[in-house]
Amino acid sequence: MLEVQSLVKSFDGERRKRRRGQKTGGDDAPARVFAVNNVSFTVEPGELFTLLGPSGCGKSTTLRSIAGLEHPDSGTVSVAGRVLFAAGDGVAKRVNVPANSRGLGMVFQSYAIWPHMTVFENVAFPLRVQSRAQRPGKREITERVDRVLETMELLPYADRHATKLSGGQQQRLALARAIVIEPSLLLLDEPLSNLDAKLRESLRFELKRLQRELGITSIYVTHDQIEALSLSSNIAVMRAGEVVQLGKPRDIYENPQNKFVAEFIGTSNFIDGTVAARNGDRYVVETRDGRLVLDSGANMPIGSEVVVSIRPEAVMLHTARPVGAENVWEGAVTTRAFLGDAVDHVVAVGKRDIRARCLPHISHAPGTLVYMQMDPTKLALVPVD
Amino acid sequence: MTTTTPIRPTVPPPAAGPGQPEPGRWRRLLPKPEFLTLSVVTLIIAYLAIVPLYYLFWGTFFDATGLTFDGFRRAYGNDQIFSLVGNSLWFAAGSAIVSLVFGTALAYLNVRTDVPFKALFFAASIIPLVIPGILYTIAWILLGSPDIGLINHYLEPVLGRAVIDVFSIWGMIWVEGLQLSPIVFLLMVASFRAMDPSLEESALMSGASRWTVFRKITLPLARPAIVAAILIMVVRSLESFEVPALLGLQNGIYVFTSRIYFVLRDYPPDLSAAGALAIGLLLIAIIGVVISNVAGRASKNFQTVTGKGFRPRPMDLGRWRPVVGVLIIGYFLLTVVAPLLVLLYTSLLRFYAPPSANTFATMTLDNYRQLINTPVALTAAKNSLILGLSSATLVMALMAVAAWIVVRSKIRGRKVLDALAFLPLVIPGLVMGLALSFVYLRSPIPIYGTLFILLISYCTRYLPYGMRYAVTSMQQISNELEESALVNGASWWQTFRRVLLPLLMPGLIAGWIYILVVSFRELSSSILLYSPGNEVLSILIFEQFENGQFTVLSALGVVMVLTLVVLVTVAYKLGAKVGLKQD
Repeated sequence: MLEVQSLVKSFDGERRKRRRGQKTGGDDAPARVFAVNNVSFTVEPGELFTLLGPSGCGKSTTLRSIAGLEHPDSGTVSVAGRVLFAAGDGVAKRVNVPANSRGLGMVFQSYAIWPHMTVFENVAFPLRVQSRAQRPGKREITERVDRVLETMELLPYADRHATKLSGGQQQRLALARAIVIEPSLLLLDEPLSNLDAKLRESLRFELKRLQRELGITSIYVTHDQIEALSLSSNIAVMRAGEVVQLGKPRDIYENPQNKFVAEFIGTSNFIDGTVAARNGDRYVVETRDGRLVLDSGANMPIGSEVVVSIRPEAVMLHTARPVGAENVWEGAVTTRAFLGDAVDHVVAVGKRDIRARCLPHISHAPGTLVYMQMDPTKLALVPVD
Repeated sequence: MTTTTPIRPTVPPPAAGPGQPEPGRWRRLLPKPEFLTLSVVTLIIAYLAIVPLYYLFWGTFFDATGLTFDGFRRAYGNDQIFSLVGNSLWFAAGSAIVSLVFGTALAYLNVRTDVPFKALFFAASIIPLVIPGILYTIAWILLGSPDIGLINHYLEPVLGRAVIDVFSIWGMIWVEGLQLSPIVFLLMVASFRAMDPSLEESALMSGASRWTVFRKITLPLARPAIVAAILIMVVRSLESFEVPALLGLQNGIYVFTSRIYFVLRDYPPDLSAAGALAIGLLLIAIIGVVISNVAGRASKNFQTVTGKGFRPRPMDLGRWRPVVGVLIIGYFLLTVVAPLLVLLYTSLLRFYAPPSANTFATMTLDNYRQLINTPVALTAAKNSLILGLSSATLVMALMAVAAWIVVRSKIRGRKVLDALAFLPLVIPGLVMGLALSFVYLRSPIPIYGTLFILLISYCTRYLPYGMRYAVTSMQQISNELEESALVNGASWWQTFRRVLLPLLMPGLIAGWIYILVVSFRELSSSILLYSPGNEVLSILIFEQFENGQFTVLSALGVVMVLTLVVLVTVAYKLGAKVGLKQD
């Protein structure tokens, strides 16, 4: 449905700095700042595809390039076979369809609800501004708008001024406006970030349900990994303008391919060591505090320096040494924190601290001697970068 | 009971009152520095704001025979009154619309699109603010006069004689509108900068054309700012003096301001009639300001600034970019470059004539040399400088204290002080000049006819501007800085001097600079108050205009503009060093 290839967008870093009165780096400083650096991905129909990353990683710029609100330097963007943008050296014919002709729906971070119009008028706007030839009749417009408003549970507020809605209602209104034209692609730019935590949770489920029901292909941009993991069919983790890992949510979470992804998604313990032995996918890694056995699809020769990552919830604590288990290390609990739905422990092993998250009924007081057991299938090998 | 305890010397009981070492008795009778400073400042501000108005009313309604309405009858009871009011309203409405269209279009292009040459653009939009009104008007006379105007001269072979007549109501509207458009520009720039760009982007994504977005989204959202701008421009053009006096009097087109001036040039000057007209103008100004305040409050519904940070992203103009760029350059050539060039050109001639090979051959710097040898020119420059520097300094010094009273203190009646400081804003310059002449004509203090009366006028007129800068600055300083000084034992004066003043300095300097620059342009109040030997630069230009000395006056004008440009640049650099953002 959506194909993005080799998208590049850069700015003249030096000129910007000079304009802002900042010190420029002289002749050796990098001339261009790449907001989007050779990004490519494909999205199948009906999928919810997420661009995930910290601030400044280029996810919003990528989304806006798909929307037509930013003009990339090179690359191609095509939706359902129709080329919306094409530029650069390898391109036969330059194409840049203007944003208001792309027929995509977009939900903005600030909702961008027009305060001088009613709820109805906001949703009717995309239908009313169509060219005379394509514009539906007044009755059809009313029908379609009412239908969408009902789906979003906003029909009772149809005549209310848009500013008189709560945050959650405004968000639904923004969504209603985006889907009323029945777009082939829906773009969402951090739509939940302006809401409080509770509302965010409930709207998250609603969004997912709605997207599945309507079957609209969606591109979702967020910095919140929980949103990404719970909503997406596929996630592209971005950093400094590049896609560092692309895959299904579980894949990204359990098999981070580098330290950045491991740190950004969830929390992780990182243990550095060297590959001592290897038998196919089974690795033995020697670390300062002990030896670890794990399964990994990465291809690391013997002797290479690696970092082993394990999620805190995969570390199990026992008061007596478990029999017949692999990867058992001995340590002492230094801190404990009750979180309501879990108990976080910090266990000191030698000079190292390992975080362990246990179910709420498991709680070891600080000072207790514990045995940590780490499941080999839950350990991931990440390259040292 | 011991007997060998050493006998302690008895300490005399502390003096009655606070447990401090007793000051000399004379000190207790003097008021504290705090009280002294605050009351002196308040009295000065009240005096400056109220006394002129009092005398204006007194001089209009009372003459040798007691209470009389004769002044009103003479001013309004003739058949010219309808054309007077009609012209005034037509002039005000027309120039407001012209400035609105130009100012808004330029502001929108500058802030919301990727139009080329942005920095140049912004500076050029502000230039007409720096050029004194009288010079700009005279430049347009040189361009658009039916007899000598350059534009007519060049269009004559194609379109016939005297195509443009700048001495008509249309000419007045055009020149005044151009002069006001930088103000609209600044107002609308602020409004557009605060608008969330995603409001327009979402309209684009919904399929609307650029023009539809502008019409249905941008303009309605900017309506509060536009309404405010219209009202302010109407009030300002009603108060304008230079344009009606130079362009309107020629053909007998009167507005309130030019009529007041005309009435005063009669012999004997009909002071009560002038006062009656002035009061009428004052009333209109007050109504205008009240309406714009009410309109401003009602627009709170359209909050486009949500408090969440966003980056204003300019819209792509695409293939319209070169067209718009050319249009903008054309605008500046016509409204900024042409007037300045014609002034420069005229300043190099011995007598005025349209450009030809001959005129270029006989260009000379004589006019400039004449300026240096004219004592009155040097005096005028000196006077302008003295008045500018002193009024700026006095006003900012007063306002620093006044701002403390209004923002920080709990003194009762501080809102009244705030209102008093802003009162001069509603008083048109000409009315202020008239009122002050009333005051000092009758007063025993020999101020009338000296530089001092001009100083009083300037200080009064610039109170509101100084107050705005000082108050804004004061509001940005947290209470706690003052409180911690007090807790550590500092007196009010010490706190003010050592803590507040240094922190206020950037804002005070900004206000000081603004007043200095604006004071150079001042004409409408000075024109009724000056006397030979006490001219300022703008008055000198006016005099030379009346004597038909176009060439010398152009030289003076060029020098003035250059000085102002240097001043403003220095001010800008100074401001940047002290950490000021562009205002």
